[in-house]
Amino acid sequence: MATDKISVMVTSNKREQLQMAAMVASVGAVSGNDVSVFLSMNSLNFFIKDSSEHATPDGPMGKLIEEKNVPDFKDLFQQAVEYGDAKIFPCSMAVDILGIGQDDLETYISEPMGLTTFLSDASDGQVWHF
Amino acid sequence: MERKLVDAKNTFCPGPLMELIGQMKLASVGDELEVLSTDKGSAADIPEWINKVGHELLDSFEEDGVLHLIVKKTK
Repeated sequence: MATDKISVMVTSNKREQLQMAAMVASVGAVSGNDVSVFLSMNSLNFFIKDSSEHATPDGPMGKLIEEKNVPDFKDLFQQAVEYGDAKIFPCSMAVDILGIGQDDLETYISEPMGLTTFLSDASDGQVWHF
Repeated sequence: MERKLVDAKNTFCPGPLMELIGQMKLASVGDELEVLSTDKGSAADIPEWINKVGHELLDSFEEDGVLHLIVKKTK
C-alpha cells in the first residue's frame, strides 16, 4: 500500500471548509497515509474543550449539511487520529493569541507547532488548505 | 467467526466508511462485517478502501435501496 504524506492547513470557520478538511484528513489517514493537520486562524476555536462555537455555513451546501445527517467535522478529525494515526497540531501563534495551552484543547489535539516546522514537514508531500 | 451488522443507513460520506472502520477495529481477524448504506458514493468508495487496505470484499448487493457490503477482516 503506497503511503503518501498529506498536510492539511485549516484556517476557516465555515462549515463547508471545515467539513472538507475533516474528510480529507480522515479518509486520507484511514487509507494509510501520513496525515498532519495544522489548525490556525479562525479554525482553532472549535477545538477548545466544551466550545460552543458554531460553524456557520458559507453557502447553500453548508445549510444542507446542517439539515442532513452528515458526520460532524470534529468527530471526523477525532477518527482521523484514532483510526488513522493522524496528528492534529494547533498553530503556536494562534494558541498564543488566544492565550490558551494544550490542556485547553480537545484531548486528540497534539502539542502546538510553529509554521516553520509545519512547512518543513510538508515540503515532500501533498498540501491542502481549507 | 462472527458476522457483525454495521448499520450506516441515512448518513453521508465518509460516515459509512468510518463506521465500518470503527467496528473493524473491534473485530477479530476472520470476522465478517455487513455494512448497510444508503450513501451512493460508498458503493464505490468502500470497496476502494477495502482493496487499498487489503481486506476482502465477499459480496455486495442492493436491496430495497440499501447497499449491503460484506467484508472479511483479513489482518
